[in-house]
Amino acid sequence: MDHTLPLLVAIPLGVGFLMPLLEKLKEPEWLMDLLATLAGAVLLALSLSLIGVKDIAYWMGGWDATKGIVGIELRCDGLTRLMLVTIGGVALAAILFSLRYMRRYTSKGFYFCLFFLMVAGMNGTVLAGDLFNLYVFLEVAAISSYALVAFGCESEELEASFKYLVLGGVASTFVLFGIGILYNLTGTLNMAAVRQQVAALADPQAPNLALYVAAGFFVMGLGLKAAMVPFHAWLPDAHPSAPAPISAMLSGVLIKALGVYALARLFFTVLGPTAEFATVLMALGGLSMLGGVLLAVGQWDFKRLLAYHSISQMGYVVLALGIGAAVIAHGGPKAVAGLAIFGGLFHLFNHAAFKSLLFLCSGATEYATGTRQLKELGGLAHKMPITSGCCRVASLSIAGVPPFNGFWSKLIIIVAAVQAGYLWLAALATLVAFLTLVSFVKVQRYVIAGELPPQHAAVREVPASMCVAMVALAVVCLAAGLLAPYLMAAHGAPFLDQAVAAIAPGWNAAASLALGGPLP
Amino acid sequence: MIPYVLAIVLLAVGVYAIACKRNLIKVILGVMIADYAVNLFLILMGYRTGVGGAPIRTPAMDTPEKFAAASVDPLPQALILTSIVIGLGMTALMAALAIRLHEKYGTFDVAEMKKLQG
Repeated sequence: MDHTLPLLVAIPLGVGFLMPLLEKLKEPEWLMDLLATLAGAVLLALSLSLIGVKDIAYWMGGWDATKGIVGIELRCDGLTRLMLVTIGGVALAAILFSLRYMRRYTSKGFYFCLFFLMVAGMNGTVLAGDLFNLYVFLEVAAISSYALVAFGCESEELEASFKYLVLGGVASTFVLFGIGILYNLTGTLNMAAVRQQVAALADPQAPNLALYVAAGFFVMGLGLKAAMVPFHAWLPDAHPSAPAPISAMLSGVLIKALGVYALARLFFTVLGPTAEFATVLMALGGLSMLGGVLLAVGQWDFKRLLAYHSISQMGYVVLALGIGAAVIAHGGPKAVAGLAIFGGLFHLFNHAAFKSLLFLCSGATEYATGTRQLKELGGLAHKMPITSGCCRVASLSIAGVPPFNGFWSKLIIIVAAVQAGYLWLAALATLVAFLTLVSFVKVQRYVIAGELPPQHAAVREVPASMCVAMVALAVVCLAAGLLAPYLMAAHGAPFLDQAVAAIAPGWNAAASLALGGPLP
Repeated sequence: MIPYVLAIVLLAVGVYAIACKRNLIKVILGVMIADYAVNLFLILMGYRTGVGGAPIRTPAMDTPEKFAAASVDPLPQALILTSIVIGLGMTALMAALAIRLHEKYGTFDVAEMKKLQG
């Protein structure tokens, strides 16, 4: 039996609990740095090693629920692989960035402890094959993120963390309530078994009300975790208050793993896509897309601006999933549904790359200049060439300028919306893309271009390890953008294709056809 | 049916406290009440009218079917144990944050903590 899946949770847990021990033993700092970097690299390597492997169902302790009565399942399919690689990549970049950045804070050991607990929670969430484990891992990741937001212990940070914690607590309560209702209906917690039972319950004449109550709890709970408008109030406080590498983790992967992944998993593979759920997803996505960007345009705090854009960009992902679900529910053309979901998941991956890069860039400018107010920055292009270059790449990506990755995923989502007949949603997505561009022109203008304020005359480029982290993410942004057309035309994106297959089986292969690719 | 409705009412009481109370401690209590509403709901789900024995396996119950016929569902009980522990962790973290906030602001009143703007 292949033990890769439990290792993906066990390694970060083990490393996480080793860190405070090293701190207590007054071990030198380089030992913790080395251990953290190694663990991050191993996790990424393990996640990458799963690409191309067939789907795995791992039963903890060999207790197979398909043969016996009880059993806890870890499941690895295409969507899980996509999330694991995304989490591993962003986590490694954040660890590299933290090595120097976190010296300003009190205790690196405790920081890495919470960091790895969060990674373990996220890996567990995407691997979980049963509903209750999904909830438990969701909580492990969420509670460590609450503590990490408050890590600096300043008034703002404590306040943001408390707000985040209370809303996150309510969200978890709702999710657990929904899981309880599903268990009551089906008598099982295993996702595949729940799916069979729910499919058996489905009756178009007399829809099961309890199913809708459960779905409502999931929408509220996971919508809060994913910070969809109108559940977004905590995010613009919590994400900017955390240390920069943690902001990158929170915006880059946490809201995706806990919110969007769980939503997609529950609505597509557990409850099954229906027209009502699709409408809810599209409404949430559209509102977040527009609301996030409108709130972002007026921001002058670098990190707060980025946080609002996270809401807006996650709106794209949820909107695309909603369009896919709507097409499936109405029995529309398979190519369009596949295309919409493909676009959504591609955007999810791209957003992880460019948004974490932007947060790292904001951290680097803050590290060098001590401020994150756009009006107090300026003219850093010559003083900090690497940071500025990376910031440019990320800004162009998020603004959707060809040939960067954000352009392709937004294009696919808009094309899918048009093909599915939602012209006004396509128009909305285009408008939001334009407003995003406006907003990031402002960032470029005030951070990189312009006059260097006299108080920043002595600013220098950030240390090498921080640059490495940023350059690596910038390369991912560029590579994904440059390779996207080639991969889509050759139907050679098995990585994303399998992710689509995981939530919409049989609908994936058609995705590249809609873009003019050959038959698989 | 009524117990389920009451569990949802209890959840609503918790959410009301979170949404409308200005005192941090009352907000924490609200989160705890909501948390326990879910625990109550889960434990009620596992109860089977008429058979409600403790889920302890005796030698007479030699098959899973006999065990299931004579006792309440043990799984929700295992679930709420986990859920209570998670709730404890969250409450402890909330209390720690509330203490630190009190040190910073000298009050538990949410309305007076507004270093963060919208």
